Amino acid sequence: MTDILNALVILANFIVVPAMAYGSQLALGALGITMIYSILRFSNFAHGELMSFGAMTTILVTWALQSADISLGVLPTALLGIPVAIAVTVVLALTIDKTVYQYYRRIRAEPVTLLIVSIGVMFLISGLIRFIIGPGDRVFTDGQRFLLKARAFKQMTGLNEGLAIKMTQGITVATAIVLVVLVFWFLNKTRTGKSMRAYSDNEDLALLSGINPERVVLITWVITAALAAVAGTLYGLDKSYKPFTYLSLLLPIFSAAIVGGVGNPIGAIAGGFVIAFSELTITFAYKKVLTYLLPDDMAPDTLMQLLSTDYKIALSFVILVIVLIFKPTGLFSGKTI
Amino acid sequence: MKKTLMAIAASTLLAAPVMADEVKLGIILGFTGPIESLTPDMASGAELAIAEVNAAGNFMKGSTTVTSVRGDSTCVDAAAATAAAERLITADKVNGIMGADCSGVTTAILQNVAMANGVAMVSPSATSPALSTLEDNGLFFRTAPSDARQGQVVAEMLTEAGYKSAAISYTNNDYGKGLADSIQTNFEGMGGSITISASHEDGKGDYGAEVAALAQAGGDILIVAGYLDQGGKGIIQGSLDSGAFDIFFLPDGMIGDSLPEAIGPDLDGSIGSLPGTDSPGAAKFAELAETAGFAAGPFAAESYDAAALILLAMQASGSSDSQVYKGSMMDVANAPGEKIYPGELAKGIKYLRQGLAIDYVGASAVELVGGGESAGNYAEILIDGGKVTTVGYR
Repeated sequence: MTDILNALVILANFIVVPAMAYGSQLALGALGITMIYSILRFSNFAHGELMSFGAMTTILVTWALQSADISLGVLPTALLGIPVAIAVTVVLALTIDKTVYQYYRRIRAEPVTLLIVSIGVMFLISGLIRFIIGPGDRVFTDGQRFLLKARAFKQMTGLNEGLAIKMTQGITVATAIVLVVLVFWFLNKTRTGKSMRAYSDNEDLALLSGINPERVVLITWVITAALAAVAGTLYGLDKSYKPFTYLSLLLPIFSAAIVGGVGNPIGAIAGGFVIAFSELTITFAYKKVLTYLLPDDMAPDTLMQLLSTDYKIALSFVILVIVLIFKPTGLFSGKTI
Repeated sequence: MKKTLMAIAASTLLAAPVMADEVKLGIILGFTGPIESLTPDMASGAELAIAEVNAAGNFMKGSTTVTSVRGDSTCVDAAAATAAAERLITADKVNGIMGADCSGVTTAILQNVAMANGVAMVSPSATSPALSTLEDNGLFFRTAPSDARQGQVVAEMLTEAGYKSAAISYTNNDYGKGLADSIQTNFEGMGGSITISASHEDGKGDYGAEVAALAQAGGDILIVAGYLDQGGKGIIQGSLDSGAFDIFFLPDGMIGDSLPEAIGPDLDGSIGSLPGTDSPGAAKFAELAETAGFAAGPFAAESYDAAALILLAMQASGSSDSQVYKGSMMDVANAPGEKIYPGELAKGIKYLRQGLAIDYVGASAVELVGGGESAGNYAEILIDGGKVTTVGYR
């Protein structure tokens, strides 16, 4: 019995807990991508940098708060900075929309033109970020580090294996749940949310029924920027903030959005978790788990690893390709790309 | 308009003879990228040697001044590094290159630019064993030892500290792979066992999968052959957070004050190795660096020595042409001759002018062996109280 528990604890510690946190971060990012895709109808490559910008603003506010000796006790001070970060990121997103995207909407540019434009915006924001905070690594987590420590867990349960849950992992999952519930409530229950869905489903019909397109676009940017600021901050809080990583984060986020079905909010969230869990489960070495579960004479000598971690990055693309071959609209029937 | 052009042309002609009295040294280091926290001090080290030679006022013709031009190797992007070296050689017309830093870009610059243009280069920090055997037309030298030697030192330190098994995580490039292989061969040769040797990619945020695999393989200690500003840090943080490992071995790429600062007290007790020496040169260089206003951080001493060696070799051969002075490099670096320490470059030049031999010891006890690489002295590092401390030499 203890053997089974030990095996389960290993799986929880090294797969479930990290994948839940990573999956939540990907899901929030993919939700932003999917919102822009379904309403503004283009793939927003600047989304990663928008997340980075939000995280940067949080860090600046956190520093200000820390120097004024304001803290949240066991919780990271950065949580206080998030509202400010959301406001600043929204202003940035709206400014960019007014100065850049609006023009391309007016001339009814092709989605691929907008995609290229968004790459330009990506470089612009990324330059702005390096200009303000520099390219270095920033650790801005404070407060209590762990909800549950590996050693404490071992003493508590008497098991051989430890289970650690970081405070930031807990906050990430909790915040993601709250945000997702809010976004769904907004899209399904409010008048504005419904008008956004109508606009996404059929633009012409929505215009005919008196929906103001500029207002829909405005609300979309506000929600997307808010999601980006929160997702960026959570990611930075969990792994430390480094501008460069947000560029490479863009790839799994896009895979998540597409695997789930681009344009479908539920798909974006499911996609985030599919990518996170498959990255971890397939590259995991099951040696210890099997040693606990199997009789002694059958214990494996090798690592029992399906795929070396070297292929971790490739994995999300393999999943992407498989999904696109068998279900081009994604797992949750979004739009075809 | 015509007159203006004439005037410009004339002034260029007039300026030409002045140019001839100038020696230009290119400094190619990764000012952006994975080791960007180390490179400012390394460049300052090289520039300190240049400033010293200029202040001495007896270099080459006596009135010859040395200037330096910086280029960004990025440490990881071979194309960007090649372009930077190309610019230094063709546009700035440098007479020699102090650099590059990381093994991959150093190889790229050597093969694509330096050999094609016949310019000598001395790297202060490229440590890949592959560079020992690479065809280089005698143009490549390094003041850093090959990792084949570091692997041996690491294995000795681990065995002496009583570790029987270890896991290795290495950064996925020439440096990481070369060092990991060398450690594995040496450690297994001494009776230890390596449970897993897996790579990690730099510049990613999430290392959950890598840490999970390392944790399952187990081991007494985790050897992280990576970079302190990059994946290496992520791996250590992840291992500590999940309780997978609590003690680490940190080879040279992981040594720097920013790591214990970022990780905190959990890193205390971890050990490491870093090219270094207890020769009087090291202390003297640290003093000079402090006066000049920078820290004698990792590889700063090697950078000083690299620049100094190029200049002394030029003096010894009486030429700033790479094809000529490359032949004098080994002579000035090795015995016999008067030992030259940091701060004594003027003395070295004076001896060479008189036709006497010198043995440049410098800040890192330079002794060039094989095809022109440092024999390798290592400092044993212990992370103690949140600081990088040196506990011994071997």
